[in-house]
Amino acid sequence: MDLLGQSLDYLFGIPLVGWGTQVGFVYKGLLLLVALLIFTAYILLADRKIWAAVQVRRGPNVVGPFGLLQSFADLLKFVFKEPVLPAGSDKVVFLLAPLVMATLSLAAWVVIPIGPGLALADINLGILYIFAISSLGVYGVIMGGWASNSKYPFLGSLRSAAQMVSYEVSIGLVIITVLLCVGSLNLSHIVIAQYEMGLAHMIGLPQLTFLNWFWLPLFPMFVIFFISALAETNRPPFDLPEAESELVAGFMVEYSSTPYLLFMLGEYIAIILMCALTTILFLGGWTAPIDLPPFTWIPGVVWFVIKTCLVFFMFAMVKAFVPRYRYDQLMRIGWKVFLPISLIMVVIVAFVLQLTGWGWHGGRIV
Amino acid sequence: MMTLPLFFFYLFSIIAVASALMVIVARNPVHSVLYLIVVFVNSAGLFMLAGAEFLALILIVVYVGAVAVLFLFVVMMLEVDFGQMRRGILQYMPIGVVIGAILLLELLLVAGSFVITPEVMSSSVIPIDNTMENTRAIGLVLYTRYVYLFQAAGAVLLVAMIGAIVLTLRHKPNIKRQDVVRQTSRKRHEAVEIKSVKSGEGL
Repeated sequence: MDLLGQSLDYLFGIPLVGWGTQVGFVYKGLLLLVALLIFTAYILLADRKIWAAVQVRRGPNVVGPFGLLQSFADLLKFVFKEPVLPAGSDKVVFLLAPLVMATLSLAAWVVIPIGPGLALADINLGILYIFAISSLGVYGVIMGGWASNSKYPFLGSLRSAAQMVSYEVSIGLVIITVLLCVGSLNLSHIVIAQYEMGLAHMIGLPQLTFLNWFWLPLFPMFVIFFISALAETNRPPFDLPEAESELVAGFMVEYSSTPYLLFMLGEYIAIILMCALTTILFLGGWTAPIDLPPFTWIPGVVWFVIKTCLVFFMFAMVKAFVPRYRYDQLMRIGWKVFLPISLIMVVIVAFVLQLTGWGWHGGRIV
Repeated sequence: MMTLPLFFFYLFSIIAVASALMVIVARNPVHSVLYLIVVFVNSAGLFMLAGAEFLALILIVVYVGAVAVLFLFVVMMLEVDFGQMRRGILQYMPIGVVIGAILLLELLLVAGSFVITPEVMSSSVIPIDNTMENTRAIGLVLYTRYVYLFQAAGAVLLVAMIGAIVLTLRHKPNIKRQDVVRQTSRKRHEAVEIKSVKSGEGL
């Protein structure tokens, strides 16, 4: 009873034992989850609209004004269709795969600070946690492809396994350069470091916060991270695991209705996660671009959402006008271009920080 | 009284041991690897409970995120005949039992004679510093006291990697290779030739 009471108190804030916590973990989590899902619905619509605009089409415009309710209509359609289980499939793994994919991509959001102090769990190893969770994301794809017991899904999952493992290496090295500058693995610290030190402080204009952000001093890493994020989330031009011209729909060929919806949901939430991570690592997270009144009146959460949407706009534009890569070219870029460049950058950044004494040193500016 | 950490300790341990058993019991090798992943994740949970968050997450990144993916990659592509696998089980059973018994005996010997002398406990070289983060503490030890061992481990892995590449790399003749720099730096006049062809004659 004591154990149950403690955990209920912790999770929901129901005071069964002593005083209740201020707001329970579950309430905050549910709030974040609902906000995230609604945001995903509109990001999906934005993706289609931007794509359509580049191709001089209208995009979805029937359901609701300007097609604003299209994603919800799609949701209902998916949920009410019949899920088809292929006869030769491994049924448990087949149904487990989309669940794994959706759950993992949602789980990573626990540590994302969307505003000052607004992270569900502000843990010290936040960035490592995200890296760990996103490295697990490949299992959804592999399990789905294998359990379908069919050629195209299997080829798709093999491709995606190789692709995601390759690009994780360069993403890891890019993250290491940022961590060297910050001296902490806490995501909030990464944002605060970009506010408290940097180029704007050096030239004596600390109000120009946007010069502080790491996109400027670490510009090559910003580019590498952006491209690796595209490859890691299987976005075009690196969507080879689901290349429709060769593999029909890759690992998702055999999926229908809700399992398919979960795959798509997991994919889009992972994409938004990568956008949010770019915002945190390189674009100063929740801080305003200029630290002066008209900008600072806008709350940090809004800035965070604006920046995330901006990064997603770049994702969508890349999808709209870059042709798909060939598989060997993709592997070549990952291993022969990005890996050496990011390795050398880690060495250079470490040297510069050591020689000049720059860096945030986990909050102890020296 | 059962506290939350204790509850989670038993939860993670039971799932880890049960999945470890399933790794060897499962008929399908792909299922075995998936159970192995469950074992890894639950061991990471145990590390987390012990206060070693850094090790826990590194375990997930390295073992689950990379090593097990490659396991799964290989196992998925194997064409395994389960019937044939089961046929040999009686034949190999005695050897397996003997190896298992020896390992168990060794484990019991070690566990039985494992004593931490009080002097070592009191004069430990690096006292536990609760004010320091996990990552910083490991980094300080790894890159100062054990730097040579750390570098040696890296060198061993590098040698193994180079060895694997050397063993599998074959430069077969009569294979067209791509030189990306040459391909992208090629100009139009090098690739296309304009000829005026008379009608009815061809080239």
